Amino acid sequence: MPTRLQKEANKENLLINMGPSHPAMHGTIRIMLELDGEKILNSEVEVGYLHRGFEKTCEDKTYFNLLPYTDRLNYVSPLINNLGYVMTMEKMLGIETPERSQYIRVILCELSRISDHLTALAAMTMECGAFTAFLYYIQAREELWNIIEQTTGARMTTSYIRIGGVRADLHPDIKIQLEKATKINRRVLKDNHGLLDKNRIWINRTRDVAVVSPKMAVNYGFAGPCLRASKVNYDVRKAQPYLVYDQLEFEVPLGDNGDNYDRYLVRMKEMEQSLRIIEQCMNLIPKSAGPEELMTKGLEPAEAIKVSRKKRLEDTIKLSPNLEGSEKVKYPGILTGDKKYIVPPKEDTYSSIEGLIHHFKFFMKDHGIRPPKGDVYFSVEGGNGEVGYYIVSDGTDKPFRLHLRGPCFHIVSALEEMIKGHYVADVIPTFGSMNMIGGELDR
Amino acid sequence: MEIEKVINELKVKFKDDITEFSIQFGDHVIRIKRESLQDIVRFLKKTPHNFSMLLDLTCVDYIGEKLRFEMVYHLYSISNKNRLRLKIRLDENDLKIDSLTSFWGNANWLEREVFDMYGVRFNGHPDLRRLFMYDGFEGYPLRKDYPLRKRQPIIPMRNEDAD
Repeated sequence: MPTRLQKEANKENLLINMGPSHPAMHGTIRIMLELDGEKILNSEVEVGYLHRGFEKTCEDKTYFNLLPYTDRLNYVSPLINNLGYVMTMEKMLGIETPERSQYIRVILCELSRISDHLTALAAMTMECGAFTAFLYYIQAREELWNIIEQTTGARMTTSYIRIGGVRADLHPDIKIQLEKATKINRRVLKDNHGLLDKNRIWINRTRDVAVVSPKMAVNYGFAGPCLRASKVNYDVRKAQPYLVYDQLEFEVPLGDNGDNYDRYLVRMKEMEQSLRIIEQCMNLIPKSAGPEELMTKGLEPAEAIKVSRKKRLEDTIKLSPNLEGSEKVKYPGILTGDKKYIVPPKEDTYSSIEGLIHHFKFFMKDHGIRPPKGDVYFSVEGGNGEVGYYIVSDGTDKPFRLHLRGPCFHIVSALEEMIKGHYVADVIPTFGSMNMIGGELDR
Repeated sequence: MEIEKVINELKVKFKDDITEFSIQFGDHVIRIKRESLQDIVRFLKKTPHNFSMLLDLTCVDYIGEKLRFEMVYHLYSISNKNRLRLKIRLDENDLKIDSLTSFWGNANWLEREVFDMYGVRFNGHPDLRRLFMYDGFEGYPLRKDYPLRKRQPIIPMRNEDAD
């Protein structure tokens, strides 16, 4: 079946395909170009190569089970996707989370935001030929992902932020690691500012290329760095503060022209702000609930099960089922007190009948988390912009409908207009600067 | 301008077009008639309401109900920081609604997605084709009566000689 462009294009012009599998296309997307020489007269963007039925799948999963699917939306900053989904559910269920867990969420989300921006800029610079900058960015990202791995147990598919709080407490070494990573990140940002800001080649490729006016940006529903590069001040963290963002000091950097260079610069400045937020959080975060030396004290698990067969267990158990800091004593700091919405501590499940019942009640079919009837929309600020979830509940344990507002869907929909009249080579930095993420776009 | 004020103005101006005002988990929701969509959107988009951004547009399939499909629009006003949700019920046998492509650029793809997933037709859409699924895909995958694991026939290879 001929595409729209094939039908409309002038027969004398050259039609060329970019993608879906092109070395400079990070992500599978097909751009068909109608060219006059090297000039783009018209284009058509075709998406859907990564469509895997996220929304349909979610309708078949329980509210607890579908969390890992949200990791795979924007796979560079999975924690923010988790947060968006979880906070939508918390809005619907009316759950209050402990303050410490809110700080943990902010710290990890800002780490994700930085890694998102680093990845976007790394890809963009590399495609323009700046391989050194790419390596620096990836080195900085590595440091952040090490921290995320240490705390959440995974680098990308974290599933760490849970309904009611977070999966486990922060790793005891987090402070030292964060200090180290912040130092390296600051140095990388400084180096890359030096490498790129006044670089003749970089400026030629990005300055005044694909200019998006504020009006057009709003018209296309841009959000995040791409919107702010067009000088529109909208950041969900400021407009509708969630978690503890209203207690933190940070600025919202704005661009001037809305060209590729501004989208690069806004991302660079935002990373600095995110580092600032992380540092403030580390000073403000309330103390952990449990004793620090918890890991070495208490009964051995096998011993505890033996004891619990005879009498109610009173001692603490030396048990770290999956992650450090997910022990019962840590629960009050990281998870809500409402038992209906959280997985019981493993110590209870293995050693008391109430804990076991609680565990089964949570995971049994038609039990577990069942929000009231109705629909809800909630959004958080993701790496690319507003990540919003629209959930319709019919009172059962599975969502009746779950819809994601993926920020880069709206941004990519403007690509045809953005590259019109530019040269073929301009597609690459333009596409890089909008940070298209297939998982989130195609769902 | 406060969202309550916007709602009050809507109550006065579109008395007959809006069938229900409600608050769902703190969000303001209005249910409107299909014919009045463009009028209400035009009114909301202008100053002083400034709902300049179409955040999201989607559809929900309430299978078994008389008016089976429900279009859901999320509007946002950057200057007033207001959010508003519009809902319109559609009949399965008359699955048509006015397109919002003349108001917002991103409505183009969003409506294509809804067409792709639910089969809703948009009057005045410049290029209504499937967005995520391929040409030749049969049925509308997000409808509730589309089985979760249904497989579609694999499309044949293109015949190079025929071109």
